[in-house]
Amino acid sequence: MTSTSRTAEGGRIDRATTLEFTFDGQPFTGHPGDTLASALLASGRHQIATSIKLGRPRGVAAAWAEDPGSLVQIEEPFPEPMLLATTVELYDGLAAHGLPGQGRLAEVPDSARYDAVHHHVDLLVVGAGPAGLAAALTAARAGARVAVVDEQSEAGGSLLSGTERLDGAPALQWVAAAVAELAEHPEVLHLQRTTAFGSYEDGFVLALERRTDHLGATAPKHLARQRVWRFRARSIVVATGAHERPVVFTDNDRPGIMLAGAARTFLHRYGVLPGREAVVFTTNDSAYDAALDLHRVGVCVQAVVDARPEGSARREECERAGIRVLPGAVVTGTQGVDRVTHALVAPFVDGEVGAGSAIACDLLLVSGGWNPAVHLFSQARGRLRYDEGLGAFLPGEELDGLSVTGSATGVSDLGGCLAHGQRVARAALAALAITPAGDDRLPAAPEAVVPTAPLVLWRVPDSSGAEGSTQFVDLQRDATVADIARAVGAGLRSIEHIKRYTTIGTAHDQGKTSGVLTSGITAELLGIPVQDTGTTTFRPPYTPVAFAALAGRDRGRLFDPERVTALHEWHVAAGAVFEDVGQWKRPRYYPQPGEDMEAAVLRECAAARTGVGILDGSTLGKIDVQGPDAAVLLDRLYTNLISSLKVGSVRYGVMCGVDGMVIDDGTVLRLAEDRFLVLTTTGGAAKILDWMEEWVQTEWPDLRVHCTSVTEQWVTFPVVGPRSRDVIGAVFPDVDVSNEAFPFMTWRDTTLEGVPVRLARISFSGELAFEVYVNPWYAVAVWERLLEAGRPYGITPYGTETMHVLRAEKGYPIIGQDTDGTVTPQDLGMGWAVSKKKPDFVGKRSFARPANQDPLRKQLVGLLPTDRQTVLPEGSQIVEFFPDGQLPPPPVPMLGHVTSSYRSAELARPFALALVKGGRERIGDTVHVPVNGTLVPVEVTGSVLVDPEGARRDG
Amino acid sequence: MAELLRTHPLEAWTTAFERLPDTVGIAVEPFVAMADVRLGTVDSEAGTRLGVDLPTEANTWVPAEAGRAVWLGPDEWLLSSTTEAPEELEARVRAAVLPLGGSATDVSAQRIGLRLTGARVRDVLAKGCSVDLHPRVFGRGSSAQTTLGQAGVVLLSLSDTGEDHVVLVRSSFAGYLADWLLDAALEFTHTPTR
Repeated sequence: MTSTSRTAEGGRIDRATTLEFTFDGQPFTGHPGDTLASALLASGRHQIATSIKLGRPRGVAAAWAEDPGSLVQIEEPFPEPMLLATTVELYDGLAAHGLPGQGRLAEVPDSARYDAVHHHVDLLVVGAGPAGLAAALTAARAGARVAVVDEQSEAGGSLLSGTERLDGAPALQWVAAAVAELAEHPEVLHLQRTTAFGSYEDGFVLALERRTDHLGATAPKHLARQRVWRFRARSIVVATGAHERPVVFTDNDRPGIMLAGAARTFLHRYGVLPGREAVVFTTNDSAYDAALDLHRVGVCVQAVVDARPEGSARREECERAGIRVLPGAVVTGTQGVDRVTHALVAPFVDGEVGAGSAIACDLLLVSGGWNPAVHLFSQARGRLRYDEGLGAFLPGEELDGLSVTGSATGVSDLGGCLAHGQRVARAALAALAITPAGDDRLPAAPEAVVPTAPLVLWRVPDSSGAEGSTQFVDLQRDATVADIARAVGAGLRSIEHIKRYTTIGTAHDQGKTSGVLTSGITAELLGIPVQDTGTTTFRPPYTPVAFAALAGRDRGRLFDPERVTALHEWHVAAGAVFEDVGQWKRPRYYPQPGEDMEAAVLRECAAARTGVGILDGSTLGKIDVQGPDAAVLLDRLYTNLISSLKVGSVRYGVMCGVDGMVIDDGTVLRLAEDRFLVLTTTGGAAKILDWMEEWVQTEWPDLRVHCTSVTEQWVTFPVVGPRSRDVIGAVFPDVDVSNEAFPFMTWRDTTLEGVPVRLARISFSGELAFEVYVNPWYAVAVWERLLEAGRPYGITPYGTETMHVLRAEKGYPIIGQDTDGTVTPQDLGMGWAVSKKKPDFVGKRSFARPANQDPLRKQLVGLLPTDRQTVLPEGSQIVEFFPDGQLPPPPVPMLGHVTSSYRSAELARPFALALVKGGRERIGDTVHVPVNGTLVPVEVTGSVLVDPEGARRDG
Repeated sequence: MAELLRTHPLEAWTTAFERLPDTVGIAVEPFVAMADVRLGTVDSEAGTRLGVDLPTEANTWVPAEAGRAVWLGPDEWLLSSTTEAPEELEARVRAAVLPLGGSATDVSAQRIGLRLTGARVRDVLAKGCSVDLHPRVFGRGSSAQTTLGQAGVVLLSLSDTGEDHVVLVRSSFAGYLADWLLDAALEFTHTPTR
């Protein structure tokens, strides 16, 4: 479509270049510098979509993010829903269509990059309009570290939409000079297309930079499409301007009805004639500029309808130009379907609407005053005050480290905004002890004309008989004056409740045009001052932010760090299948060709029980505990006695929380009188170090002890099985590995080629086993030595699945799998590990509670399915029959649940561990486990199913 | 038998690091001995016994005889040595601080070091580090225990231009951090095809 509504010249578009795009499947053209909305308007298209509930045609009602109307879905180059045509910069190949309120997420992955950057400044200026630029220049000239962010494609703010002059030249020349000057300062970061969307404590501001959106398909792939800036500012200057506010009247939602200031923007910035015949409806002087500007470019301005009884001092200016001004009149309604055709204009005296007439127009401009954009101030918990004169909520207090300037404070003239911006910046610099520069000149602005006082008018009484049901307050939500009246009629008084009842302000625009209107109309209906109604709470984000942008680079491989051991590459090369254990990647099993997990695990288990296996156990948590009181600390934290442990020996220990429930377990090596190596579970490593530090730092600061994480200082390789002694003896010939010289639960230090190695007789399988500890620098070399030495015995690397089977066969619980924070050591059958001699330890008091003595507590037992076939799913519930063989009626009482379940090579049948009420009393009983709708009979056994005598641990 | 070979967790990344331009240089630091030192009171006796005056200003590091002493907390430091074996460093430092009520633990393999150099390195770090790294704030001798991406790190500044840093990261996170750094550097390493 050709540009039928372009001006002959002017605007900040590149007319020499033509961009092609489609909207609703139709081809259109536009120019660089256009938004999707301006390009459509330039083609004479006003309607964008239909409304969400009522299906009414809706168009472009504003020129930027405050627009409640122009919701679109982008299809090309990448599908993205819920964008505003007014904020989408045009690019070649853009394909979009209008949205009736709801969009569609892409069904293909977004291949674009997104990232985040932290940035610290003395002064963050939000907004590069006149006030913001004045503030930024002042700070930059003082040598401060400054960031200036602005949401538009270029700096200038309101100056982009008008014809103002500074220093006798077009104001945009000053803007260009200011931008150039800012670029000269090395400590200034100036970002356009960047929306500060959240303001938080301690000068923290989040902003979204749209870096390559405007490039369409030509966007470089290596650059982030959008970037979240995480600013930390010592001081913030909010220069975010003001949003024009409409007046609500009947049928105020038709395409062709827009804010007066938006029409100026489309005209001056984009070279677009938003209509041929215009009616301007206003309560204040600002819309007179729109009327005069449009008249100058040939638009027929049919009338300026001014609700003020006396009109404006600018009436003469209009009439000289031949524009009819109707003071004391309002627009009461409109006609038209997909575009406004008539404005219904009537006298307005003392709040009463008189008899009206229809004025033909294809553009109806509305101005009900200006709402300062106080969002960031309010998000930072700044209190707002209502200004009766302006009919607007303004910043109502001074905040530390955040000041508001320009029209965001209600200042409306250019010179005033510049001076205010400079003053605010100087005050902020002074608070930071930064001296302003000597030559800090501002350009000369024309003397301000004092405007005629505005009229505060929220809505025009509905004379149509529809009782406000087509008086739209929130166009996007199809919410009307009638909806507010219904809310008030239902007894709601809080503006927060009315918002939620009517949904006003909950759409993409978050009530930028509708919020204050709702406050005003509600106050009217309740007969209370607007100040008492207040506004709803401003919350981030100021404008919508895509989840992809918030996710940034934390996706794919970088979503969650993968922690790997020093042997990871070896495991990969060996074909290991990995499992996630917290952030760790651990080999789960090593399938040989043709093997599934079950076959691999049966083979690995058999090797460890009959020959020799080897595990990478390096992820075990390790804590070095040093100091004269090290043993005292451990005695207080473990349930069992540690201080009696001899140097060179190892003891298994259990730790409980203050509630007496098991939180971790592991072995303790006494390295010296004043030094221990504490082993924790893989998942408990960080938690237990924190636990120790918490007690040492908060309760027992008198203890002379230090705890240091050494988890990654040592790799740990359990060498397990009847032939493990042969392997260890071969690799470490200096060590006497005989049972007499190196008994169970002892450790010995040795060296391998001069490298220190620690060996420990610890078994998590019940088999003869040695754990090998060495600096990870040498992990691969030592591992390969062990494999080489084990080759004659068929040494078999095994993974966590086999480790679990081997330990479960021995009834060794995994804390966090067989326990859930409600399990005591006694429940696990480990009463033997709870000291009766120690005067106190963490958890001891709780063991005396009656609930801990209850014989019906759930206890860890073994389960053997009597069919010798079924592998019970972990988590299965356990039930029992009545003595008469009948199942109790539903809900069937649950006795407990299966915590671990495997197929055992050693037992030649599946087995399980379970927590069962009064479980130890039930040993020998048969209970049932529902599996896929069938009740599987299982025999309750002790938890130790393999080698209950412990005969194998010494080989 | 032959000497035990050492393997570095980032061996597989060496080539990718070597391809980086000077503006975002990443190099793997050689293995060095490191000891975690805990000591309640730092005085001249401690300095004499250790051979280095441990820094008492928070978030700083100082050069030591053949390494560095990094402040980790009011009573904790990280000492490194390029000339001693890990067990030698631990033994020497432990002997020095034990009489003063301190302790020392060999943590040589807990972390690996990466040297980040070049004009854009600060921009790379700013993508995942919330600490202010402006050279006026984080000049030579500054250190920070912080997160880079999602990895905990000790970050040391080696210059007053903000163009030379050492990152110490837990060995198990080294691969993640290396991937993260290469990804963060992408916009500075990519040569657009014309």
